[in-house]
Amino acid sequence: MPRPAADPAPWAVAGGELRSRLILGSGGFADLATFGAALEAAGSDLVTVAMRRIDQAPPGLLDAIHAGGARVLPNTAGCYSADDAITTARLAREALETDWLKLEVIADPVTLLPDPEGTLAAARVLAGEGFRVFAYTSDDPVLGRRLEEAGCAAVMPLGSPIGSGLGILNPHAISLLREAVAVPVVLDAGLGTASDAALALELGCDAVLAATAISRSADPPRMAAAFRHAVEAGHLAAGAGRVPRRRHAQASTPTAGLPDLKPGDGA
Amino acid sequence: MATQEHDGTIGIEANGEPLAVAADATVRDVVAALGADPDERGIAVAVDGAVIPRSAWATTRLAPAQRVEVVRATAGG
Repeated sequence: MPRPAADPAPWAVAGGELRSRLILGSGGFADLATFGAALEAAGSDLVTVAMRRIDQAPPGLLDAIHAGGARVLPNTAGCYSADDAITTARLAREALETDWLKLEVIADPVTLLPDPEGTLAAARVLAGEGFRVFAYTSDDPVLGRRLEEAGCAAVMPLGSPIGSGLGILNPHAISLLREAVAVPVVLDAGLGTASDAALALELGCDAVLAATAISRSADPPRMAAAFRHAVEAGHLAAGAGRVPRRRHAQASTPTAGLPDLKPGDGA
Repeated sequence: MATQEHDGTIGIEANGEPLAVAADATVRDVVAALGADPDERGIAVAVDGAVIPRSAWATTRLAPAQRVEVVRATAGG
């Protein structure tokens, strides 16, 4: 029997193919060198970027991404309205010559939770303009379906609030969302450590996006490598099929052939 | 209503700051005035919230008080 491929088959999203199931967020790294080392360790071929005024955005990031063999996924981070997100998306497409877009419409600065109405409204407009929308969303299966109907290329449910590191707070909702849509599901936001990424893949997600969990760890390249192994492990486990949960124990060792080891009666 | 100044310049807003530019200044001129190389890839411009394609930078003139945003990709989630 062939061993599972160490280098898994590519997965399809937004009319393209990706090898890695780990999308790397470029935010939060101490410097470009650390980011570059983390990208290499992560093995990611897709990296998110934000759009900012040029005085706040030193050049060099795109070169680092391309040097790592990855493509860019611009986001609309920081947008609190559909209109702002739509304009930011158009700027990103003009600047980066890609129609891939991670759509974020945030409700408020305390929770950073996605605004469902604004996200859906912006997704409809952007999909109509030919964008391949990766929609950041809550873990609501119904909203996921609405985003798919709006033409999104992928839905990106949060595990927990952005930057919280709380992991996947509602695994049941994530698995329901997975069943609710046909487009790829990318677990985004709230991951704290590698096992959270493995769980996401085990729940049926196609990939995860990790930013803070890697960039603000004590050793970003090491954590990036951990996430790389975690998504591969989770994907293999999801395909292997877990055993059912049981209330009571069930021995894996057969009882047949158990030797009789009672002490004898004789002297 | 802002209009042309006596010295032949107009006042616009560029990345949130007031900027005086020649009355016939183009978007490309503003990108350069902000210190960017207009031929650098990876930059995009919006004027009053409308994206101006790079191909139109050299021919798009500005009116007084218009807001110009010049952006580039940077690190982000």
